[in-house]
Amino acid sequence: MIEIANVSKSYGKSLVVDGLSLTLPKGGITSIIGPNGAGKSTLLSMIARLVDPDGGRIAVGGLDVATTRGDLLARHLAVLRQDNHLAMRLTVRDLVTFGRYPYGKGRLGPEDVAQIGRALSYLGLTELADRFLDELSGGQRQRAFVAMVICQDTDYMLFDEPLNNLDIGNAVAMMKLLTRATRELGKTAVVVLHDINFASRYSDHIVAMRDGRLHSQGTPAEMITPEVLRDLYGTAFEVRDIGGHRVAVYYG
Amino acid sequence: MKPFLAALLLVLLLFLASLLVGASDSLSWHNVRALLSGDSDEAALLLMASRLPRAIALVLAGAGMAVAGAIMQMLVQNRFVEPSTAGTVESAALGMLLVLLLAPDLPVVGKMLVAMLFAFLGTLLFLAILRRIPLRSPVIVPLVGIMLGGVISSVTSFIAYRYEMMQSLGAWMSGDFSTILRGRYELLWLAGGLTIAAYAAADRLTVAGMGEERAVNLGLNYRSVMFFGLMLVAAVTAAVLVTAGVVPFLGLVVPNLVRLWRGDRLRSSLPLIALIGAGLVIACDILGRTLNAPFEIPVGTVLGVVGSVAFLFLLTGRRTYAA
Ligand SMILES: Nc1ncnc2c1ncn2[C@@H]1O[C@H](COP(=O)(O)OP(=O)(O)O)[C@@H](O)[C@H]1O
Ligand SMILES: [Mg+2]
Repeated sequence: MIEIANVSKSYGKSLVVDGLSLTLPKGGITSIIGPNGAGKSTLLSMIARLVDPDGGRIAVGGLDVATTRGDLLARHLAVLRQDNHLAMRLTVRDLVTFGRYPYGKGRLGPEDVAQIGRALSYLGLTELADRFLDELSGGQRQRAFVAMVICQDTDYMLFDEPLNNLDIGNAVAMMKLLTRATRELGKTAVVVLHDINFASRYSDHIVAMRDGRLHSQGTPAEMITPEVLRDLYGTAFEVRDIGGHRVAVYYG
Repeated sequence: MKPFLAALLLVLLLFLASLLVGASDSLSWHNVRALLSGDSDEAALLLMASRLPRAIALVLAGAGMAVAGAIMQMLVQNRFVEPSTAGTVESAALGMLLVLLLAPDLPVVGKMLVAMLFAFLGTLLFLAILRRIPLRSPVIVPLVGIMLGGVISSVTSFIAYRYEMMQSLGAWMSGDFSTILRGRYELLWLAGGLTIAAYAAADRLTVAGMGEERAVNLGLNYRSVMFFGLMLVAAVTAAVLVTAGVVPFLGLVVPNLVRLWRGDRLRSSLPLIALIGAGLVIACDILGRTLNAPFEIPVGTVLGVVGSVAFLFLLTGRRTYAA
C-alpha cells in the first residue's frame, strides 16, 4: 500500500501538486492518467524520494520515504523515470547488473546472477546483453531500463510512461510482463500511462490527476466512461465495449 | 583479463626502457651488464637515486591523473572534463603559490594539503557554475571549465608577477620529471594509494555516474560518494602538481580511449585506464628525453601536443553518442 497524505509541491510560484491525499492499493497494476502537466511525474518522483515534497507524508509499504534509510528503501521500491538519457557507456548487462546494487553493493552472489539472467530474458534482451546501450534503438534501450527495475526485485515498482519509444508489439509485451510480475510474484506496479486504452485493458485500478489534484479513481469500468474522460481531458470521447474491455475512441 | 595483461607487459617494458634512457652514458643499453654484475657503482647510484625514482614517479602520476580524469568524467557526467578542463589544476596551482608566499617553510605534505583544498574548492565552484547555466551541448562543459581555469590562472599569474615568482610558477605549470630524485617524489605514492582506493570504490562511483536520481533509486548515498570522488581527484591533482607539475590531457585522452572499447563500468575499465595512463606518460617522457638529446623537452609539453590533438579529435569525432 502506498499512502500519500496531504502532499504538496510547488516550483517557484506554480503549485504542481496541491494537497494530494491518496492511497494506492497493494498488488496489481495501478495506472495514473491525466493531461500533460497534471503533476503525475512529480507525484511519482516524490513517492520514489527523488523529489522532496514541500509538505505532507508518503509511506510505501509502511516505510516513510522521507525518513527510511536510502539503501533499505532501494530494496522495497524501484522507479523508472520518464527521461532515460544516460551519459555513460554501459552494456545492457552492466546496466541490468546495477539493479542488484542495493543487495550486494557491487558483489554478485548466485541469487544476483540468477536475477540478472531472468530480467534479461523476461525483456527479450538475452541476445543484446553485451551490446552497448548507446548503440541500441530507443525501444531496446527502454526495455533495458525496465529490465534493470525488474532486476532490482522490489515489492513496489514505479514506471513513468514506460511505453514511450515502444512499438505496439513491444508495448503490449511490456504490459503483459507487468501483469505477470504482479500476478505471479505479488509485486505492485504503479504506471503513468498516456494511452488510456492500455490503462483500460491492463489496470486493476486507475487514478486520474488534473491540476495537481486527484480528479477521480476507480476500476477501469468506472473510469473509462465518456463523462469521466471528457471532464478529465476536456475533449469528447466515445467508449465501446470490445471483448469485455472498454475501448475509448477520441479522434474528435 | 587479456588486455589487462598486455597493457601490464607494455608498461613494464616502457618502465625498463625509461631506466636506460638519459643524458648519462653510465647507465644505458650498452652497459646494463656492468650494472647487473655490480661493477659500476656510478650506474647503480644513478639508477637508485634518479632513474628509478623518475620511472616510479611517471607510473604513479600517469596512472593517478588518468584515473582522476575518469572519475571526474563519471561524476560530472561529461566525457570532456578532467582536472585541467575543470579549474581543478589551476586552483591547486593558486593554492601552491599562496602557500609558497605565505608559509614557505611548510613541509611538502602541508603544501600538498593546501593545494588539495584549493583544488577541491575550485572544482566545487566549477560545479556550481555548471548548475547555473543551461547546457545545450556537452562541449560547453569543458569550455566553462577552461574559462574558469583561465580566470584563476590570471589571478595566480598576477600574484606571481607581483612577487617575482613567475619562474617557479612556470616550472610547475609544465610537468617535468627531470628534477625527480629520491626523497622528492614519495608523495606520489599517495596518488598511487588513492588510485587503488578509487578501484575499491569503482561500483559506487559508477552508480553515482548514472546521475543523482538513479543513484538514489539504487540506495546510494550520492552526496558522500560525490564528496569522496572529488576529494580523491583533488588529492591526486595536488600530489602530482607539487612533485612534478601539471600533466595535462592525460585524464581526458586515456579514459575516452578505454571507454570506446570497454565502456564505462569502472570496475572493468579503471585498471586499464591506470595502466595506459602510466604507459603514455612514460612514453612521452622517453620521447621528450630523446627527441632533442642531450636536452630534455618536459613531458608536460609533449603531452600538451599529443593531448590537444587527441582532444580535437574527440571533439570533432563522429562518435557523439554520449552527452
Ligand atoms: N523541475 C521542475 N522545475 C520547474 N517546474 C517543473 C519541474 N518539474 C515539473 N515542473 C512543472 O510542474 C508541472 C507538472 O509536471 P509533471 O509532474 O511533469 O506533469 P505530468 O507528468 O503530469 O505531465 C508542469 O507544469 C511542469 O512544467
Ligand atoms: Mg510526466
